[in-house]
Amino acid sequence: MSTQVIMPQLGESVVEGTVSKWLKAEGQPISEFEPLLEINTDKVDTEIPAPASGILLRVFIAEGQTVQAGTILGVIGEAGEPVPEAPPASTAAHPTSPRPAVAEMPSPAPEPVREPAPAAASARPDLGFISPVVAKIAAEHRIDLSLVKGSGAGGRITKKDVLAYVGSIPAAVPAWEQPASGELFRPSEEVFGGPPKAGPAPGDVIPHNAVRRQIAEHMIRSRRTSPHVTTVMEADLSRVVAHRQAHKEIFARDGVDLTYSAYFVIASVAALKAVPWVNASWTDEGVVLHRQVHVGMAVSLGDEGLIVPVIKNADQLSLLAVAAAIKDLANRARSRKLKPDDVQGGTFTITNHGVSGSLFATPIINQPQAAILGVGKMQKRVVVIESPGDDAFAIRPMAYLTLTFDHRMLDGAVADRFLSVVVERLETWS
Amino acid sequence: MKTPTKETLLEMYRVMLLARRLDERAWVLHRQGKIAFHISGIGHEAAQVGAAFALERGKDWFVPYYRDLAMLLALGLTPLEFALGLLGKKGEPSSGARQMPSHWSLRRANVVSHSSPVGTQTPHASGIGLAIKMRGDSAVVLTSIGEGSTSQGEWYEGVNWAAIHRLPVIFLVENNVYAISVRQEQQMAVATVAEKASGLGLPGVTVDGLDALAVFDVVSEAADRARRGDGPTLVETRVHRLTPHSSDDDDRSYRPREEVEAMKAGDPLSAFEQRLKQSKVLSSEKQASLEEEIGKTVADAIQAAEAAPYPEVSEASYPVYVEDIRRG
Amino acid sequence: MAEITLIEGLRQAMDEELARDDRVFIVGEDVGPRGGVFRATQGLFEKYGSGRIIDSPLAELSIIGVGIGAALYGLRPICEIQFADFIHPAFNQIVNEAAKMCYRSNGEWTVPMVIRAPYGGGIGGGLYHSQSLEAFFAHVPGLKVVVPSTPREAKGLLKAAVRDPNPVLVFEPKKGYRLIKGEVPEGEEILEPLGVARVSRVGTDLTAIAYGMMHHYTLQAADALAQEGISVEVIDLRTLLPLDKATVLGSVGKTGKALIIYEDNLTGGYGGEIAAILADEAFTDLDAPVRRLGGPDVPAMPYSHPLQDWFLPNPVKIAGAMRELAAF
Repeated sequence: MSTQVIMPQLGESVVEGTVSKWLKAEGQPISEFEPLLEINTDKVDTEIPAPASGILLRVFIAEGQTVQAGTILGVIGEAGEPVPEAPPASTAAHPTSPRPAVAEMPSPAPEPVREPAPAAASARPDLGFISPVVAKIAAEHRIDLSLVKGSGAGGRITKKDVLAYVGSIPAAVPAWEQPASGELFRPSEEVFGGPPKAGPAPGDVIPHNAVRRQIAEHMIRSRRTSPHVTTVMEADLSRVVAHRQAHKEIFARDGVDLTYSAYFVIASVAALKAVPWVNASWTDEGVVLHRQVHVGMAVSLGDEGLIVPVIKNADQLSLLAVAAAIKDLANRARSRKLKPDDVQGGTFTITNHGVSGSLFATPIINQPQAAILGVGKMQKRVVVIESPGDDAFAIRPMAYLTLTFDHRMLDGAVADRFLSVVVERLETWS
Repeated sequence: MKTPTKETLLEMYRVMLLARRLDERAWVLHRQGKIAFHISGIGHEAAQVGAAFALERGKDWFVPYYRDLAMLLALGLTPLEFALGLLGKKGEPSSGARQMPSHWSLRRANVVSHSSPVGTQTPHASGIGLAIKMRGDSAVVLTSIGEGSTSQGEWYEGVNWAAIHRLPVIFLVENNVYAISVRQEQQMAVATVAEKASGLGLPGVTVDGLDALAVFDVVSEAADRARRGDGPTLVETRVHRLTPHSSDDDDRSYRPREEVEAMKAGDPLSAFEQRLKQSKVLSSEKQASLEEEIGKTVADAIQAAEAAPYPEVSEASYPVYVEDIRRG
Repeated sequence: MAEITLIEGLRQAMDEELARDDRVFIVGEDVGPRGGVFRATQGLFEKYGSGRIIDSPLAELSIIGVGIGAALYGLRPICEIQFADFIHPAFNQIVNEAAKMCYRSNGEWTVPMVIRAPYGGGIGGGLYHSQSLEAFFAHVPGLKVVVPSTPREAKGLLKAAVRDPNPVLVFEPKKGYRLIKGEVPEGEEILEPLGVARVSRVGTDLTAIAYGMMHHYTLQAADALAQEGISVEVIDLRTLLPLDKATVLGSVGKTGKALIIYEDNLTGGYGGEIAAILADEAFTDLDAPVRRLGGPDVPAMPYSHPLQDWFLPNPVKIAGAMRELAAF
């Protein structure tokens, strides 16, 4: 069993030493602690005692050579013991030798990779500075920050801005049309139904109630009376979403639920003012252009069918008043407290079939009106923002709007003009 | 004044011999590259052992400095504990191998932890003395220091406190003339450290630190004074530093070999051995058997320490606060 | 419920702890019959006597060093440094000794002591009666650093510090000693936990983090900003070491903006550490750069009134910084 003779670290800052003299030659016997060699270093010149008793079997480092602390200088062992001609490649490791300690540093276990801080829109210089928290929220909610209006210094999008935007996105609210309670509207398929099939399949018979009979009778009459044509447009609701987000708390203080329906009522009123031919009724004598604007809103009564209460003089109401009226009528519809007058006199009707996921539909006109507006589900969709030489993709909250009109009174161009106004009003909301 | 019994004298000799052999082995371990640092007490053993044996071990308090291996062995530090400290091994009692070797602390023997910057321990001793006085206890506290460190403001402030309040403190100075390489003449204008006491208002005594019994007598008297409520004493022991300051030092650059050789001729260990032999306390046979027994003790301690594990790396993270203390 | 001053809160804390635990004693310059230059120990000498209310020599390092010794023996010293500006001679004792004792002795020795030091400017104290030194000490593991801001905190935190088994520095905002008044229940044990920050004002737009006198100025600024529709959350840190990171991170996580106010020199001040923690652990919560409002980087606070005003943060400067951050 051989023992290595090591160049000690002689001092806290000393890293190497020079063998100045071997006091024993290879093959000579030596006792532990007997001086074996002399070394000199920057701080101390000293004798090195033998670390073990035996024969100095091999001298690796000749006199005059300077080596790192920790280097194996020679080997002491028993006579005849085989020893290497050269020291092992790696120097001896012990706590006082700086080099091996470094050389033997284990490579660190791989650390779990931290997700890099999201840099959602940092590559979009047009957005201005995007702070870490805004980038994070945008990444988490997959928001196109170009849709978010900045209110910070120089128009920077602040955390509040992006949170307001997030709060306005339908994903955050289970259904985007839920005043007071429950669903307000039902899909037009359910509301208006289709023509009955020739032979009903056998099954349980549920007797008709009065409402159902009235609906059936009305639907058939309407289809028979008016030649229905439907035109479709889509609207970018970003601004409506932002406006609603910014104001719904203020409205709530007045006890009013600011629903999207209110916006569609206001937009429809604007279009009815701009294109009065839609706020009209057919008579044999001629088309009656109504002076007043009474907008009906279809309200589901569940299994009992639906009813269409009317917001009277909607053109004279603010957004707040419209929202309040919707809430009032919907509540009274569900609690069966509508008065006959509440459901009469409408000049135009809106049905929001999007609430149950319908993208667009062709509802049946509420006679004797000229048209009915169908509102599809609001969805975030990729759209192309056109700008000369710099078209860009954007993710926007979009909805299809349909106008089903009586082709006796209205031509397609007039209907489209009406629908354009609705879209424009919604898209430029401020 | 108490007189040491024959058994006490033999025990004092045994501790001095053990300290010497452990100290010598520490130098060898360093030159073998096995330890990073050693600071030696060779030449100071008589002063340390004389002082320690003059006090009531287990009752009195000690605030030592780094040359006090012999004092610590007298107070109960074991050779294995010292060796564990040299090698930085788990279970080292002074610091759990956090501090460099010879930075003493031994709670079971009322030995208070000290640091490396010199002189800081002096006010601690006075604080302990103040607490002893406030509690009405009869313990005394001994703090040791080199002569160079008496240049520190901390030393003056600490001694001043004890003098003002007549605290039961013994300020033991182990004057080996060298502060690493700087001689006493460049540390102070007075010829003895004891003279400094007069300016602070406490008795100062200079004693031959190579004579264990002389130190024993002076420290015994100082302890009696302290216990009587008569206050502190400054005891300057004149000792020899027979080695370089530490394993990092090479004293050939600043002191002549003749001086060291002359000092070795007055080696306090040999002097005490001769004295005990002359007074028939120690026979040559007894001395030889002690030497053999201590040789084995030292070898066993080093071997056991080398075989001992290092501390767990996790131990380095505590105890920063008392809340973090983990025993065992 | 009585309205008391901040310094009365400190005095009550010491009085109650002296009465509760006979190991508690006070040491410092002029703490005895004079009752302290700020009168924090007024009446205690008469009540507890010279044995427990000790006028020290005019030597700060030994106030601390002797305190450490007494604490090692098992007593509970409250050391008063007359002005924090004078603590520097004791830096070695605090940083190298008190702070490291538990760690370096592997928990064998502990230093249960309190160091009280009036700090901060605005009193015409010039360079050496105005300093804020918390950053030096909050850098040192093993110490606890406390800065009370209200009479209740002064009383509750100081009492908790006396009972803490570690060395605790209490930096007292001396400008607020008599300026700051508050309700503190009588006949009730007031203990405020160390290491727990307090949200002293709830807000949404930004978080303002302060301590000591700056906490009051920060509250004033926050009140002013509320008139402008800016909602500021204010954190009173109370303990700088160990820092209540959870409260800081929680608040900044909510507001996304942080302003740290301190009256030490800006560079290397304690607010820099808070800023670093926020950059490190709250980066993706940040909606604006972390801002610091500190004193200018001149050696210390000048004496002349307008120069002093130039140095110190005040409610107007703080409100300006808040406004700027809110608008970012």
